[in-house]
Amino acid sequence: MNEKTVAGASATSVAAEASTRVLLSVRSVAKRFGNNIVLRDISLDVAEGEFLSILGESGSGKTTLLRLIAGFERCDGGEIWMAGERLDPQPPYQRQVNTVFQNYALFPHLSVFDNVAYGLRVKKAPANEIKERVEQVLVMVKMSSFANASPAKISGGQQQRVALARALVNRPKLLLLDEPLSALDANLRRQMQVELKVLQREIGIAFVFVTHDQEEAMTMSDRIALLRAGELEQVATPREIYAQPATAYTAQFIGQTNLLHAQVTAGIAECAGLRWPTSEPDGPGTFSVRPESIVVAVGASSNGSVRFHAKVISRIFQGAAELLQVETATGYRLNVRVPGAKTVASGLELEFAASDAVPVRETQA
Amino acid sequence: MFSRAYKLAVSLPPLAWVVLFLLTPYLLLLVYSFWSVTPSQQIVHTWGLQNYLELLHVRVYVGVLVRSMRIAASVTMLSLLLALPLAYYVSFHAGKKKDLLYQLVIIPLWVSYLVRAYAWKTILGSDGVLNTLLQYLHVTSHPQGYLLYSPLAVVLTLTHIYTPFAFLPIYAALEHIPRKLVEASYDLGATPSQTFWRVIVPLSIPGVVAGATFSFVLSLGDFLAPLLVGGPSGVMISNIVVSLFGAAYNWPLGAAISACMMVLVVALLFATERLEKKWSFT
Repeated sequence: MNEKTVAGASATSVAAEASTRVLLSVRSVAKRFGNNIVLRDISLDVAEGEFLSILGESGSGKTTLLRLIAGFERCDGGEIWMAGERLDPQPPYQRQVNTVFQNYALFPHLSVFDNVAYGLRVKKAPANEIKERVEQVLVMVKMSSFANASPAKISGGQQQRVALARALVNRPKLLLLDEPLSALDANLRRQMQVELKVLQREIGIAFVFVTHDQEEAMTMSDRIALLRAGELEQVATPREIYAQPATAYTAQFIGQTNLLHAQVTAGIAECAGLRWPTSEPDGPGTFSVRPESIVVAVGASSNGSVRFHAKVISRIFQGAAELLQVETATGYRLNVRVPGAKTVASGLELEFAASDAVPVRETQA
Repeated sequence: MFSRAYKLAVSLPPLAWVVLFLLTPYLLLLVYSFWSVTPSQQIVHTWGLQNYLELLHVRVYVGVLVRSMRIAASVTMLSLLLALPLAYYVSFHAGKKKDLLYQLVIIPLWVSYLVRAYAWKTILGSDGVLNTLLQYLHVTSHPQGYLLYSPLAVVLTLTHIYTPFAFLPIYAALEHIPRKLVEASYDLGATPSQTFWRVIVPLSIPGVVAGATFSFVLSLGDFLAPLLVGGPSGVMISNIVVSLFGAAYNWPLGAAISACMMVLVVALLFATERLEKKWSFT
């Protein structure tokens, strides 16, 4: 069935991950501030050269996790390892990790050049080497002509490039990025997403990228780690996390979805008059059906599809597609995405493939 | 937003206050400094530079002025040496004790100046705390007279009194340093001491300059501490002004000294203002 091919596709990408070496290993890490538990039992591996996004809502603990890796906070439990070395007891200035901060945190009293040179200067690199490496990295981020400018005199996007250069000039094994694009306007942001991704591919340094923007995470990442209230919901490739969300929360957070709260009896799931075969055990079960998986039915009903009649309640024009809210005969409301060019009648015959109803776990925040 | 009449009504009283009680006295002082006094101590309203010339020629005045500046410079150095590490500790490392320590620095400001100056008299005097202690410990056999009534005593007293004034602007500057910058410095491999010298000190310069200005200007013009603990060797320029306006009844000469001091202090304030601007980034 269709479900198996999807699972098979993701299995190959997992195998590809496994063949590369693990760079960073977060093992059962916990963190609390006072009585407030911010992270619990987080385990996560980052491969060499991987682009991993830590995605989550504000307050999910994503920035705290990044700060634990950078060394600005101490773990209350668990260990962090990098390249065979235990990282968590080390002070931040000994770790071969560099950070691009959310609002860049450029030194206001230093020029662009001196900001970038900072890391090399404190490590007492020879002057000619500093000059060479700083100039090289400024070329890379296209900021050479601003070397003598003060950080206050350049734009947000330029500050972002300088912050990146300041981190990369130290040739870290791992680069941490704390929502580095959140201060930029939408167009520049999309442009920087692409640039950053290309740059990461070129230099081959592993990136751990914190964001609350699921679209950004989908665009840029090799893998996404979704955090919810201090716990990992799912760690998977963007494709996998979209097609095979493990939990109801993941399904809702990544893209849009319909959650069907069904009752499973002897391999058949039933929800509001809709029935489809499933391998889930008997009892209540939640299934995620993406709006684009529900299509206008044509021809005869096939074996693996769930066909139903619904009337359109509202429609939102989205350019390439149109998002419809429909109501089934039993009063169940679903979101359906149909290609925008089609004119849709108020009553519709719709269907989705049984394999597109993905069973998801319900988790508590 | 507000009518002109309203703005005028609001700004007139403070303006009148400043003109009446600040600018007018300064102007009168300046006028007096060009007048002279007869041997029978009559003030003569004839214009001339004789007071200023006398200041340049009489070695006592220049000597006392130089001493005053030396004392003020010493007080400034000492108060910065005390205030900078203290402010750094309170701002960056005090944790939960931060507010308490801040209050402890401020509280002495609520105690009368006289009380604080007298306290040093009892500490440094012949039968004072320090001499008694030194004799008790057999460091000395008899009281050390040079402790009190000396420039040293003035420096100690003024440092005690003006350190909070140096502390406050430095503390304010340190509090304004985004902590992200300290983290960024650590992140780039700088140790805490490298971070202190390369990030924290440069960014606290406006506060340090303001603190130094406070303690220098306030010490330079001080007359109570030298009066109480300075003795003849600790006389400062303001004591001379006080005696010229008082016992000596030579208002014009006193006014000339005051005018010189004012020019000096205003020039200093302009210079430090520029320095602060140059080093302020936030």
